[in-house]
Amino acid sequence: MPQRHSILAKLAGSTGRRLVVLGPLLWLAVFFMLPLLETLQVSFSVAQRSIPPYAPLWGFDEGGFFTNFTLDNYGLLARYWQDYIGPAFNSIRLAFFSTLVCLLFAYPMAWWIARSTPKWRVFLLVMVMLPFWTSSLLRIYALIGLLNPNGFINGMLMWLGVIEAPIRMMQTDFSIYMGMVLTYLPLMILPLYAVMVRLDDDLIEAATDLGASGVQIFWTVIFPLTLPGVIAGCLLVFIPAVGEFVIPALLGGPDQLMMGKVLWTEFFRNRDWPVAAAIAMLLLAILTVPIIYARYQDGRVDDKHEKETGAR
Amino acid sequence: MAPFIRLNALTKRFGDVLAVDDLTLDIEKGELFCLLGASGCGKSTLLRMLAGFEQPSAGRIEIDGQNMAGVAPADRPVNIMFQNYALFPHMNVAGNIGYGLRRAGMRGQSLNGRIEALLKLVRLQGYEDRKPNQLSGGQRQRVALARALARQPKLLLLDEPLAALDKKLREDTQFELVDIQETLGTTFMVVTHDQEEAMTLAGRIGIMDKGRLVQVASPRHLYERPANIFVADFLGMISFVEGLITKAGKGSIEIDSVPPITAAIDTQNRKQSKLAVGDKVTLAIRPEKISLSATATGKINEIPVVVEDLAYLGVASNYRVKAANGQMFKLQQQQSRRTTQPLTWEEAGFIQFDPSDVIILEG
Repeated sequence: MPQRHSILAKLAGSTGRRLVVLGPLLWLAVFFMLPLLETLQVSFSVAQRSIPPYAPLWGFDEGGFFTNFTLDNYGLLARYWQDYIGPAFNSIRLAFFSTLVCLLFAYPMAWWIARSTPKWRVFLLVMVMLPFWTSSLLRIYALIGLLNPNGFINGMLMWLGVIEAPIRMMQTDFSIYMGMVLTYLPLMILPLYAVMVRLDDDLIEAATDLGASGVQIFWTVIFPLTLPGVIAGCLLVFIPAVGEFVIPALLGGPDQLMMGKVLWTEFFRNRDWPVAAAIAMLLLAILTVPIIYARYQDGRVDDKHEKETGAR
Repeated sequence: MAPFIRLNALTKRFGDVLAVDDLTLDIEKGELFCLLGASGCGKSTLLRMLAGFEQPSAGRIEIDGQNMAGVAPADRPVNIMFQNYALFPHMNVAGNIGYGLRRAGMRGQSLNGRIEALLKLVRLQGYEDRKPNQLSGGQRQRVALARALARQPKLLLLDEPLAALDKKLREDTQFELVDIQETLGTTFMVVTHDQEEAMTLAGRIGIMDKGRLVQVASPRHLYERPANIFVADFLGMISFVEGLITKAGKGSIEIDSVPPITAAIDTQNRKQSKLAVGDKVTLAIRPEKISLSATATGKINEIPVVVEDLAYLGVASNYRVKAANGQMFKLQQQQSRRTTQPLTWEEAGFIQFDPSDVIILEG
């Protein structure tokens, strides 16, 4: 990817530039890497009644060096995997379909914004981002107000005489997906917009000129060239969606346990930080492997598409 | 027989703006025609109408006897080579060249054979697996040409084909383009704002201004016999002298400038033959037709001047000289033709030109 090269080039560039990059890097190291390492360390430790509620992983006392290193937490997860596989599956399924719905909504929207006149583009982008500037919690409560049995939509439909009894919309898959899509849609639209606005109109005209139909232009030119945006948008939506805790808790029913809820329970209810940390690390590993694979594929995506178009 | 490509009273309006204004033009089969004009003259709109991306507001386009009204871009026997080439960045050279062929349903051995032949035509064998960003500007241009030629169009439109190339490469490429055009016999229509590009490529040039065709002729004819001041000024350097005719007849006229200038009349030209005493005319002289010397020779059309400006170009020097009445002349002196020490800034001398080298233009 050209961006990656340019970032590397800048890193390797003049000292001044290196200093500019150093700030954010330090920030990331302190507030991102250190907590992650802390979590990793806790996941190998033992729970105990203290503050913090786990034994130090290693240290020195009268007997010299000691360690509380244990794989028991992971062992526990392995032993009772049936208790965790369900929530994990629920979370991944929710994240997957949320991402898919977001993509299906965002792709035409982003295309429309990118093809608008520059003046309209700014307005439409602001409209996309506007909800981001309010609290997500407020937005979800607003959604509850809309979807409740005695909420706005049911009230309206009953007043119009379309329905006689309220439709159950809250605490269903519908309400969860509504909440997920409303929350995450901008994260999908923005990277798609970014690649689409750079797409050269001449390429589409060239394909038209060479006899391609609208569908053929989409699959042979537009889609392959917007794929980096699709991948970026899917990652941006999928990753936080897997760990989403608030939306299923507020909008979903009690029957579907999500990974976020399990983590919360282990952490706050059971005060078993090491097991909670182990779950978090495992989830991270499960998510990271496909993402690294996707990034790796991203660099070779062009070759792949050529073969596909070649076969077509 | 009807001409191969016929544009009849073609007009394109964008709101109140007339981009192409009642334009009529015939192009013969196998011709390399060049549409030359400054940016905004309507040449790009004309190109887009031929390709089918814009619909004419009025008039019609016929290609090989077929009316193009309502024919989609994909169904026209016309292809474009885009100015920035518009190569698909995610496909390799073979993918780009074969794109139009695959859309036409060509597959397998026949497809590969055709791509191979096109690569050979543009001398890019062995490059089929390269991506556009792994090619030089000249190679990209040749891929774009091969891709546009792949579907064997009856008319190939080339939008500023050499604009993206550096000067050295352009010279090689323009002859190559002409070679390929002659080999295939395809009708080419080049659209450009670059007069040098037009002069070297085209068999015939149409000069466009404000949506209208000002003059259509061979490069030599346009340069030596421009139809009006616009064309004369547009192509190359030129000096203009305005004046009223004081003497007319016997194959020449004389105007009232100081000193008077005599110009030979083209007796074939009916308009010029009709010029009479008192008519207002503009005379134009190309810089290479004017000679400059330090001493008077006593020949006709000799004017004392002072050197105002001088630019040394290597093979030649460009001068701007001023006559006593303030009239400026641009002239070019070949280095080899100078026998004595050349004149420099502020030095006085004499310019002289032949009456037959003076171009007579309408008032």
